[in-house]
Amino acid sequence: MLASILASGLAVGAVYALIGITYNTMFSTSRVMSFTAGQLGMLGGVLGSLFILRLGLPMPVGLLATLACCALLGVVTEVVAVRPVLKSLDQHLYVLSTLAVALLIQHATALEWSTEPQPFPRLAGIGTGVWDEKYWLPVVACAATILGLEYLYRYTLVGRAFVAIAEDNFAARALGLPERNLRMASYALAGAVGALAGFAGGQLLLAFFANGPLLNFYGFIPVALGGLGNNRGAVIGGLLLGLFQQAANFMVGGIFSSVAVFTLFIIVLLARPQGMFGAPAARRV
Amino acid sequence: MAKLWPFLALLALALLLPLTGNEYWALIATRACIYWVLVAGLNLIVGFAGQLAIGYVALLAIGAYTASVLTAGTVMEPLPAFAALGIAAAAGAVAGVIVGLPALRLRTFYFAMTTLGFATIVTQITLAWQDVTGGGIGIPGPSLPAPMDTAWGFYYFCLGVAVVCTWATANLARSRFGRALVAIRDSEVAAEASGIAKPKLLAMVFLLAGALAAFAGGLFATLQTYITPDAFTFDLSLLFFIAVLIGGRGSILGPLLGTILLTLLPEVAAPLAAWSTFLYAALLLVIVLAIPGGIAALLDRSGRRALPEDRAIRPREAGLRTLIGERGERAVLSLKGIVLAFGGVRAIDGIDLDLRQGEVHGLIGPNGSGKTTTLNVISGYYRPQEGGMTLAGAELPAGRPAGRAGRGIARTFQTPRMIGEATVLENVMIGATVEGRAGFVEALLSLPRQRAEERAMADRARLALDAVGLGGLAEARADRLQHSELRFMEIARALMLRPEFLMLDEPAAGLSVEEIKRLGSLIRAISRQGVGVLLVEHHADLIFDICDRVTVLNLGRVLAAGTPAEIRVHKEVVSAYLGA
Repeated sequence: MLASILASGLAVGAVYALIGITYNTMFSTSRVMSFTAGQLGMLGGVLGSLFILRLGLPMPVGLLATLACCALLGVVTEVVAVRPVLKSLDQHLYVLSTLAVALLIQHATALEWSTEPQPFPRLAGIGTGVWDEKYWLPVVACAATILGLEYLYRYTLVGRAFVAIAEDNFAARALGLPERNLRMASYALAGAVGALAGFAGGQLLLAFFANGPLLNFYGFIPVALGGLGNNRGAVIGGLLLGLFQQAANFMVGGIFSSVAVFTLFIIVLLARPQGMFGAPAARRV
Repeated sequence: MAKLWPFLALLALALLLPLTGNEYWALIATRACIYWVLVAGLNLIVGFAGQLAIGYVALLAIGAYTASVLTAGTVMEPLPAFAALGIAAAAGAVAGVIVGLPALRLRTFYFAMTTLGFATIVTQITLAWQDVTGGGIGIPGPSLPAPMDTAWGFYYFCLGVAVVCTWATANLARSRFGRALVAIRDSEVAAEASGIAKPKLLAMVFLLAGALAAFAGGLFATLQTYITPDAFTFDLSLLFFIAVLIGGRGSILGPLLGTILLTLLPEVAAPLAAWSTFLYAALLLVIVLAIPGGIAALLDRSGRRALPEDRAIRPREAGLRTLIGERGERAVLSLKGIVLAFGGVRAIDGIDLDLRQGEVHGLIGPNGSGKTTTLNVISGYYRPQEGGMTLAGAELPAGRPAGRAGRGIARTFQTPRMIGEATVLENVMIGATVEGRAGFVEALLSLPRQRAEERAMADRARLALDAVGLGGLAEARADRLQHSELRFMEIARALMLRPEFLMLDEPAAGLSVEEIKRLGSLIRAISRQGVGVLLVEHHADLIFDICDRVTVLNLGRVLAAGTPAEIRVHKEVVSAYLGA
């Protein structure tokens, strides 16, 4: 039992961590938490199933098409729901505009795809039992994403520009960085990361339109606990959350595990609103 | 009360509805009434306090299940329907506070997320707790006694409840509680400086909204006659939430129209029923991007009327005596050895300062010398690491900005903090919030004491506006004022407290020469009523004109202190700050 808790816990944990990174990637360039993060994960599963099972595309092509579609959706989100409300960030209109876009995505999927969970294809066909690919694929995807992002942020010019914008928006713009284009690029990147999460976790979560809100919530928990914009916190928090949730699942049953997660989340947040690794809020006056 | 006719027109339509004789309409109209009972409470949270509580369907579900379980007798002897409804409302009130608590600590998005999470949890529990809730199979709803057991009878009952909710929430919205909620939404800092305690106020509103939502849930279960977890989808939550936003923030009529509109929409456009949530979401996006003010903004024509072009601020100092009264004994507010460091920077490095009532005390110094920081320490926004403060001999506790107004310490801000969507008069009335004695329930029911207090507060606010020279602008929306007028409005708001001490943070910044002269004479007149004024300023002329004492700060320390005449010739001050 321990082995299956570990396997499934790390697997869903990796998916949560990736959704957390999706939140952070969007947040870093725009200071906006977007409700679309979970929907991107949901679409990763749905589009993967659509391209590979329904349309019969080969796996790599299907993956690329899924990532491209979600990246495009990320850009659309930025243009439609984020850019228009950035001027008045303090009014929190982004909460409403991104919620609206997330719901549009979710309900369009429900109406055009299916309201029932649909199967997701086996990708590599490697492994059985606790070593089944559905358990290790998300972990591999998560590790690859972290390495990729580290490389991007540390060794490429674009990545450094991202970091600069995230660190100090005004100073970065004063230095002549194309803030708007970078923001769009970061939303595209976030779209791809979210899609990868759903794609890699497709065999666990299936291609189901209602995965969006769940991923939204469980992906948000590691971000909130780890501190906004902190990818390391998101990964550690995501994996811990996955393990905790699966352990509770096996021991006391699904409903009580979600109640336990929710309660724990609220208590930790009330005790430390800025997250476990975040800095306290800045001055207000 | 000129705006009463839309409500009466709606009520007349609602009362005449049974003439159609169509019970299908009775069902729709009853549903609209029930939704409005919930939305009326939610409106106070979302529309007035600006807290984005998205998952309110959870409270509807709690109310529906509590009422149904108690009347169905699955856990105990069945109760009469009205007792069950009452207990449901009480349960909802408790749940409302629990759901709302995170709003006191968490940022907007976090709070939205926690209410969403709560909604999911409640649905899951109703599914899983089969012995009590019937799980997926469901449970019969309560049935009311005659004459409420017919479609039209029940409709009239729900309509009655809806009317009471409209009346009560409108009363609350017009009271000091309603103004305080809007102040929390638009300018939390100004609200704190006026002594508004956010936790207590929000807790009361969450209590009310939770009770209303759960009561609506009980009625909802009665209307459905049988409830399953499927009845409480997130789509319903969305309907409630969007009804408030379509209606517009800070309005009662707008959300009422929004609720009616959204309840009717799927009925009128039956082929679109499957797309209804999609449409709600599209509507939400359009509202946020195109008409953030909602229906209320479209209806509000007086807000767009042009203000007179050639208006000037002419303070009338004669009114100050009746406004803030005379002070007998002169008290002292003193700071001893205050040290405050941000990380490695010692913003204040051991400051001693004595403010005396009846004097104007100027605080000057170069940028970054710690002037505003000192002011923030006094008004409780910063907690110094060392040193202490006393007010009239008693200790003044550090921190706790919301406690300052009660001690008679008022302030203004470097950038005016106003509530843009409220009128100038309401903005000024905010300043007297701590003086209110009538309670929450009195405000809800608009009892005589509440009404008398409200009238007195409005009269005094007009007096304050006259005194600072904004008498003609009382009914204008605050966000349409010029910068200089906002500065004087803030002073009027501070005067509403009848302050013992008044702290002004660069009140002359952005004012014309003529306005600065009037400001100077106003400040002087205020201090002559026995108010201790602390003036942080860069305009050296103004400082030397009106101050009785001047303290010069440099790098967080007192460089010099004395009368204006002494400071003007102080060598170090001249070289560090004033220039030759």
